[in-house]
Amino acid sequence: MKTFSLRWLAGGLLACFTLLAQAQLSIEITGAGAQRFPLAVSDFGGERVLAQALTSVVRSDLERSGLFQIIDTTGALLNETSVPNYVDWKTRGADALAAGSVNVTSDGRYETRFRLHDTQKQTAIAGQGLAHNATQIRTTAHRVADIIYEKITGERGIFSTRIAYVMKSTGRYELQIADADGNGPQVALASREPIISPTWSPDGSRLAYVSFEAKKPVVYVHDLATGRRHVAANFKGSNSAPAWSPDGTKLAVVLTKNGNSQLYVVNVDGSGVTRLASSSGIDTEPQFSPDGEFIYFTSDRGGSPQIYRQPVAGGTAQRVTFEGSYNVTPRLSPDGKSLAFVTRDSGRFRVAVMDLASRQKLILTDTAKDESPSFSPNGRMILFATEVGGRGVLAAVSTDGRVKHRLSVQAADVREPAWGPFNK
Amino acid sequence: MSKTFSLSSALLLIAALVSLGACSSQPAAPEQAGAGVEDRTPGAISSVTPVTAGQADQYGIAALKDPKSPLSKRSVYFDYDSYVVKDEFKSLLDHHAKFLLQNGQMKMLIQGHADERGSREYNLALGQKRAEAVKRALLLLGAKEAQLESVSLGEEKPACMEQSESCWAQNRRGDMLYAGEF
Repeated sequence: MKTFSLRWLAGGLLACFTLLAQAQLSIEITGAGAQRFPLAVSDFGGERVLAQALTSVVRSDLERSGLFQIIDTTGALLNETSVPNYVDWKTRGADALAAGSVNVTSDGRYETRFRLHDTQKQTAIAGQGLAHNATQIRTTAHRVADIIYEKITGERGIFSTRIAYVMKSTGRYELQIADADGNGPQVALASREPIISPTWSPDGSRLAYVSFEAKKPVVYVHDLATGRRHVAANFKGSNSAPAWSPDGTKLAVVLTKNGNSQLYVVNVDGSGVTRLASSSGIDTEPQFSPDGEFIYFTSDRGGSPQIYRQPVAGGTAQRVTFEGSYNVTPRLSPDGKSLAFVTRDSGRFRVAVMDLASRQKLILTDTAKDESPSFSPNGRMILFATEVGGRGVLAAVSTDGRVKHRLSVQAADVREPAWGPFNK
Repeated sequence: MSKTFSLSSALLLIAALVSLGACSSQPAAPEQAGAGVEDRTPGAISSVTPVTAGQADQYGIAALKDPKSPLSKRSVYFDYDSYVVKDEFKSLLDHHAKFLLQNGQMKMLIQGHADERGSREYNLALGQKRAEAVKRALLLLGAKEAQLESVSLGEEKPACMEQSESCWAQNRRGDMLYAGEF
């Protein structure tokens, strides 16, 4: 909120109107980076042949990342073959300029081509042609945004990735999958009973989650393309908190077959259950480190819920969080170097991130009921659930706490977000 | 044989039939091998003992639905971040344990709950500890392991939706449900 400006409000509202549809997540940008790269994206020539806008999606993707300042391109008539007036664009404030076109191909499909120019070096630095059909306009725009993002920042973009979340309306729970910008939601599972803890398989083809449809928590694995699902853990007592091993063959789960919530590992098909850790209290919310060496988890073994880690191969647990009396939901960054979690601070539950080498902690949010943090696959953003005006919304914050946006739906609670992996 | 075939044995049979009926109506999600709740089939009826109506049994099946019976009360409430059964609920649990002891074929699902504050999964674990505390108390008081399953619904099924301490207190509980009631 600190860096909120009129310009960003306008951007946020524009995004709202563009994306608003029934039960559609809409985006509001509530904070941006301090140092933003000035970029111009001129309207792609011939774009009007498309039923939906393409360039505006590219712009809103890049703008939402908080790393770009989008320079006005009014009056520009450019395509990927144009040689831009570099001095003119430099004067307008753009350090880079993207220009392109959309053409109908002989088989009735489309080809979107674009080129990215560095206005200081006065040279083209990237260019690509993408073939697509009429239903892939947004997908194409996200790919263009990803290519521009990666060329300028040096890290992979996440605009083509997907998110999973649970939407609750009266008497109905839906596990939904949408694009990272909340667009194009699809229902993977609808139920009258709660659904929690969805988590993506490393290849993005399946979700594991906890469903209460049997009047108790049971862990399922669900193939998104076919809709086929199977029970991965249904033992006497509660079954919850699934976490995929990095190779996608196993799930860490929490079972209570011997009393309290304890950590186990099962094969994804539900076979071969083995104990992973043991304590006399609660052990829950397991997550594998990206290298598969450690399990991070929440435990109250020390008297209050804190985060611990333990070698998967066996060994003693080490406590990771010490500050405060409530630190839960450990989530490792994709590079394994930092840990996102939820911390209670004067009665408020907030998303924090800790650098594991220095143990430095940074509280990222100013909301009070944050839950379920989830890293974007490039590690730059953290998606989480929170509450605004008594309603569940999803929010995203950059790992430096500066860039913020929010995804919400009219008349429904949205919770339990999980950011999917990069598309293969 | 006919002399020792008592009222409680007859009730045992009825209870077995009731619980069998309930099992067949349970939803899908098959139990995994080795972890199933044991099902017992009733023996053949070799003789019938006449029962005189009007002599209500304190721990008979009918008592479960009798509002005047302590067995009609099913909830045990807990303090914040706590899973200790408070003394005020000991007598309630004693009644249910006696019922389970007398009706050995009856099964109970204990659903633990937590208030909404904090992590859903941690709250699920907290609800489990509450359900487990109720289960352990019932075991100590004479119920059998095979009769009981403790599970958690965490913060997912609040009894009260407001955001106040009195409301949260109603959501920190363990509910006892007999076969056929869930």
